[in-house]
Amino acid sequence: MRDVAVVSVAQSTHRRRVDDLNEVEMIQPVIHQAMDQIGAKIADIGFTVSGSSDYLAGQAFSFVMTLDAVGAWPPISESHVEMDGAWALYEAWIKIQAGHADTALIYSYSKASPGDLPRVLSRQLDPYYYGPLWPDSIAMAGLQARQMLDAGKISEEEMAEIAFRNRQVALENPHAQIKGSASVDELLATERTFDPLHLHDCPPISDGGVCVVLAAGDRAREWAERPAWISGIDHRVDSHNFGARDLTEAPSIVKAERNAGLHVGDIDIAELHAPFTHQERIVAEALRLPEDTVINPSGGPLAANPMMAAGLIRIGEVATRIMDGSANRGVAHATSGHLLQQNLVCVLDGES
Amino acid sequence: MSSSTHSQERVAVVGVGQTKYAAVRGDVSLPGLLREAVYRALADAHMTMDDIDAVVVGKAPDFFEGMMMPETYLAEALGAVGKPLFRVHTAGSVGGSTAIVAASHVESGVFERVLTIGWQQQSVSEAMWALSFPLPFQQQLVAGAGGYFAPFIREYIRRSNAPDDIGILVALKDRLNALKNPYAHLHEPDITYDSIKESFMLWEPTRYSETCPSSDGAIALVLANESAAEASAASSGVAPAWIHGTAMRSEPAMASGRDQVSPTAGKDCAADVYRQAGITDPRGQVDVVEMYVPFSWYEPMWLENLGFAPEGEGWKLTESGVTQMDGDLPVNCSGGVLSTNPIGASGMIRFGEAAMQVRGTAGDHQIDGARLAVGHAYGGAAQFYAMWVVSSDKP
Amino acid sequence: MAPADNDRVVSTLPEGLWSQPQPTGVPDFGSDAEEVQRLRLPASMRYRFTPGKAMTRYLEGLKEKKFLGERCPVTGDVYIPPRGMSPVVGLPTTEQVEVGPKGSIASFCVVHIGFGEKAPPTPFVSALVLLDGAAVSTYGTLLEVPIEDVRIGMRVEPVWVPDEELTYSAENVTHWRPIDEPDVAPETLKGHF
Repeated sequence: MRDVAVVSVAQSTHRRRVDDLNEVEMIQPVIHQAMDQIGAKIADIGFTVSGSSDYLAGQAFSFVMTLDAVGAWPPISESHVEMDGAWALYEAWIKIQAGHADTALIYSYSKASPGDLPRVLSRQLDPYYYGPLWPDSIAMAGLQARQMLDAGKISEEEMAEIAFRNRQVALENPHAQIKGSASVDELLATERTFDPLHLHDCPPISDGGVCVVLAAGDRAREWAERPAWISGIDHRVDSHNFGARDLTEAPSIVKAERNAGLHVGDIDIAELHAPFTHQERIVAEALRLPEDTVINPSGGPLAANPMMAAGLIRIGEVATRIMDGSANRGVAHATSGHLLQQNLVCVLDGES
Repeated sequence: MSSSTHSQERVAVVGVGQTKYAAVRGDVSLPGLLREAVYRALADAHMTMDDIDAVVVGKAPDFFEGMMMPETYLAEALGAVGKPLFRVHTAGSVGGSTAIVAASHVESGVFERVLTIGWQQQSVSEAMWALSFPLPFQQQLVAGAGGYFAPFIREYIRRSNAPDDIGILVALKDRLNALKNPYAHLHEPDITYDSIKESFMLWEPTRYSETCPSSDGAIALVLANESAAEASAASSGVAPAWIHGTAMRSEPAMASGRDQVSPTAGKDCAADVYRQAGITDPRGQVDVVEMYVPFSWYEPMWLENLGFAPEGEGWKLTESGVTQMDGDLPVNCSGGVLSTNPIGASGMIRFGEAAMQVRGTAGDHQIDGARLAVGHAYGGAAQFYAMWVVSSDKP
Repeated sequence: MAPADNDRVVSTLPEGLWSQPQPTGVPDFGSDAEEVQRLRLPASMRYRFTPGKAMTRYLEGLKEKKFLGERCPVTGDVYIPPRGMSPVVGLPTTEQVEVGPKGSIASFCVVHIGFGEKAPPTPFVSALVLLDGAAVSTYGTLLEVPIEDVRIGMRVEPVWVPDEELTYSAENVTHWRPIDEPDVAPETLKGHF
């Protein structure tokens, strides 16, 4: 296996609605910041890959126009996944392992503001049995939260504490959308808008993007003083049939974590792509995180949740803290599909 | 950035499975359609779903089926539960780029046996709409998808002085070849030069019979590393199709200086894959080609773009019969995209048919003794290219 | 079996060409129960589009009957419609440059099958128009000329909607028509598609 590291990360400032810019204008400064930070040009990049979704943009082939932001001339080796950017990073990692490139540029973005996101996400469901009911993503999460509460695996107070903790720490994150939180008691006093979920249990709808540069071996050392080495990365998927699996657990995370080798060393930080408060508990337990692990120092998806980018942002946030020396080893988790159906685990280390 | 000295795992195609392509596959659900291809590919490879380590799927816009990110729904149908499941989307070239991503999964050394599937169910919505529905503020392309490409065809004809019936010859060849492919969508035994010439003119110079159909269907490939490929071959008695090169290139749709008649990205993609495979004389070395020709005139255009003919002379290969099955550079023996076009699958069908040729499993449309084959796919505004080179010899 | 979808005009395609075809026969399960072979599941979602800064500037220009392209900061090429980025370098284009209003036909095709409600009666000419000063062409419909007279290199001008109908839309230009100027050489148009 080749040593591959994250050497540069850039993010937009995530907002509820980026009304004045289209997707290209929104992602271009992010891509260029990630490149300029290390003095890289597109000619230095062996493989480019992006993650985005047509259904968010409401346009077929929507990713095609964002190629303009890269400056793909002369033509480049480039690909795209209709998944969160974390999987685009996985494709780039595979490409480098296969020896087809030594460096990669990965970006992902979403403007969910044009559409009605929870409704849009219902299009991801079984088209014969679930889709026609149009269950929005929040309703689905509510079902899972209910199961967690009834099983005694979490309490309403703990959910509010998770919301509070994430959004308070987001005050330190210049990119976060929601910074700061009302107190736990104040949160608990609010209405259960989507019983059992309160508004605070849900992620915001965010427009934004992220860009990451990967490099192998010595190239990584040229570009970053302290690269964040990917010591393990794996992803798995569970059944889509929500009635057939225990929604309070995530076997795909258990398997991915084992394959990524998280527990061969200490963990300083964990960035978890758990858009709903109760999900943070599910993911943390599936990853077997020690009690004192710092979870979501960035504020996590509860503070900013650009679809298709939130998972890659988790990898970026862990990498950034390793690169600046404030952490030695961390894990980033990304999820796709409803109710933690598909999951990716990425372990990053300051030592190669 | 050229590839490093890192040694790659060898990878081969050991199984190919296709559905019967049709305008509407109303006899199967979406999972059923995919499993038809998957079961055939696994049977071809002498493997079961349990043998597969990862699943890589690809398809074009999800608006065709009204389902966003369908791979999560299809996890069980594809035997992917508990495995890595990956979904690629690179517009029309997606079938090809998906196969390349799957090949990289094996070349990386991380996976031994990978299942890859490309599909599209175009009958669920309306093809033209799903490709280019009107957006606010923007000019509607009232000419439709074919109307986008027809001006470039006209420009090719102007530059090359090609006789104006080359397109008819391509359509005739591909549709007659399709009669030898039991899976192809269009089976038109009565098709003739005149019937094509007299068919409805859509976007001059492209007629109805020179245009790809809109199809439902899926294709699945099983890719394996060297030891797994040898084991599969020993069991099935069929040689693997060893992958000698893979390449993808993209260029922006609206860059000044782009040549839409022979795009640079296509030329660069071909040059890269030929270099990997040690092909210095494509016309002489390659035995059979499956290229993505959705409108008949793209055959001579791609023959030039892919280096099989000098600029301005691609049409001569078509006219002289070189690209016929009995010519010395057969092109699209399967009937090509002109006979079958489920957009998300079409690129992979090219790659899969190339593999079938060097494995000797192409049945009635087999080119005897084919040892080196090229698969090609393109998409978008002629801006995304994916190619691979396969051979019955190990690299 | 669901009837064909008649309440939505999305194309003017003739029967059988990429329109909603009827499915094939149903396998015999030997039962009296009515078999469900297809589900008709209408789905619609609303999106609020953002044109973005560059497109907004372009649309504002169109309202004034001006074609405003934007210049690549490195190559100097003027792109129209502008997308905010020069695709060749990936840098923002901020300098607006008025191009046209006249242009040359870079290539064209005769369309016998229109798409969408706004398509003109067939056959009509769909052309790539290279506006004077621009580096890339745009699609437009060419009318007011016999089809057989249309040539590459022909000079054309835009035809606008009446002033009171001008809005922020590319549809301010209803079509293009020839003008009395000598053709430009086709070779000069190469590379400007």
